[in-house]
Amino acid sequence: MFNETIYLDNAASTRLDEAVLEAMKPYFFDAYAVATSEFGYSMGIDAKEGLERSRKVIASRLGAQAGEIVFTSGSTESSNMAIKGVLSALKGKKDDHLIVSRLEDFPVLNTAKKLDKQGYKVDFINVDGEGILDLDMFSDAITSQTALVSIQQANQEIGTLQDLKGISDICQDKDVLLHTDATHSFTRIPLDVSKLPVDLVTVSAHTIHGPRGIGALYIREGTPIDKWMDGGFQESDRRAGVENIPAAVGFAKAVELVTSEENERLAAMRGRVIERAMADIPHVTLNGSATSRLPQNANMTFHYVEGESITLHLDMLGFAVSTGSACFSRSLEASHVILGIGGDHERAHGSLRFSFGRFNTIEDSDAIIDALKDVVTNLRAISPLAEDN
Amino acid sequence: MTFPYTKEVLEHFRNPQNVGKMEDPDGKGLEGSPACGDMVAVYLKVDPDTLVIEDISFESYGCASNIATASMITEMAKGKTLEEAKTITWKEAANALGGLPPVKAHCSVLAVEGLRSAIRDYEEKHGMVVENEATTVEVVSKRLKHVMNPMAGLDIIRTELVLKVVVEEGTVRIVLDIPSTHQFAAAIKEDIVDKLESLWDVESVTVDYIS
Repeated sequence: MFNETIYLDNAASTRLDEAVLEAMKPYFFDAYAVATSEFGYSMGIDAKEGLERSRKVIASRLGAQAGEIVFTSGSTESSNMAIKGVLSALKGKKDDHLIVSRLEDFPVLNTAKKLDKQGYKVDFINVDGEGILDLDMFSDAITSQTALVSIQQANQEIGTLQDLKGISDICQDKDVLLHTDATHSFTRIPLDVSKLPVDLVTVSAHTIHGPRGIGALYIREGTPIDKWMDGGFQESDRRAGVENIPAAVGFAKAVELVTSEENERLAAMRGRVIERAMADIPHVTLNGSATSRLPQNANMTFHYVEGESITLHLDMLGFAVSTGSACFSRSLEASHVILGIGGDHERAHGSLRFSFGRFNTIEDSDAIIDALKDVVTNLRAISPLAEDN
Repeated sequence: MTFPYTKEVLEHFRNPQNVGKMEDPDGKGLEGSPACGDMVAVYLKVDPDTLVIEDISFESYGCASNIATASMITEMAKGKTLEEAKTITWKEAANALGGLPPVKAHCSVLAVEGLRSAIRDYEEKHGMVVENEATTVEVVSKRLKHVMNPMAGLDIIRTELVLKVVVEEGTVRIVLDIPSTHQFAAAIKEDIVDKLESLWDVESVTVDYIS
């Protein structure tokens, strides 16, 4: 039914790669037992081997040891676990001060907001017009009582990359633990925890053509962290619940399938979308950084028109994209990211995010701008704001 | 393929009727604000003898339900007298469109308000309004029902965002139940001032926040 759809919302989720499904199948139909100890029965031992092999693949992509990877149900759980687990472990030792950026995705942002309400001290650090963290303000915010810093590696909406090296150096200097949400950057942008002093990293499978419902948290050995979901002793007693082995195997396969050539291909597609939109459509603003940006992400505001109207027209023409307009969101709130980089509601209202994946081609970039040109022109023709068009 | 709207909404969205800015309109209404979200302008040409709406058009900076409702309501108003057009409700427009998602109510209510404010504009310009009623807390509250709370999609009176209204010798003071740092604080304030400063005996409008 959606064969013809040009899907450019890969930041929301991606189509599963067939090779991932093939890798997962044996763990549904053959070695489907739970992971047993080495003295268990053979089907469980095989299942366990699949799980541990997958752990190694993910660890090695991060420059970590296998024992430092904990599988979770996804990014949301990983980030909750990182923040709540560390604060719980440090309670009474460091005075419960947390630092995050204003642009964090909801798992970190809303965890921080809730902790703020519960009496923790939380600082939300500002970013500049491109979404890059103010390192001076950040550094000044750290006190001897700061328990944890959580700053994303790349932004979910505007694709801005943070200076993780600069941030982690500051944290190391001031002896503060650092968590980074790498949901959108994992395998797309290098991150090597053997070189960067990052203590916790959130990663996810479904943004890279892996299955939904599986993610992982890297926890540097020795990091104080409490278990926050009680239950069994799985994942070396760090995360309770029967392991999702088929999904873990699928996650590992998805990681193996991402190559640097693919990332270059994605960068070319998003480059084309930006370049053509700027050349062919008047009154367009690029949101985020022109240079320090995820390869798969473009985000632009088409002024004087509203995003949901654009996306509905595009949907009827066979394109799937998303917008930061309040009218499109479940919460009816304008994008906190566009507002966070100093944009007003008008800028959020007409913003579109184009996010590319493995199954897109450079022709998709041309096709969507060709369609968008007419859609924007027609909507501006009826807009009371577009006087001079 | 499943779209989030009825086929009538999609049809009016795809091919909106009566669009565009009108040269020298007899009446004009503008509702909403770009800061707050959707915005709609309605223009009228009225026969001065019969008071029949001879021509009507709209402009929209809004989402699909805003555009579709404006298209539908201008179709419904065309050929009606001002008195008849005034009685067209949001519910009637929504029914004619086969229904609208409840969460989108405020975007489409704006279109109805745009029509009513264009009619009021015509009436004011043509001496049909006997205003000079003194502004009271009730008058202010009634006007504030046209200011949207973007968090709820309903007006700020119904959602109890207004803590206090003080009317004193030509000044109006409103206190809102949100902090000044709230993401919609400035937008709501702008909308309130816009709705109240046109009252004939109001000289200044101030908006304060709880913190």
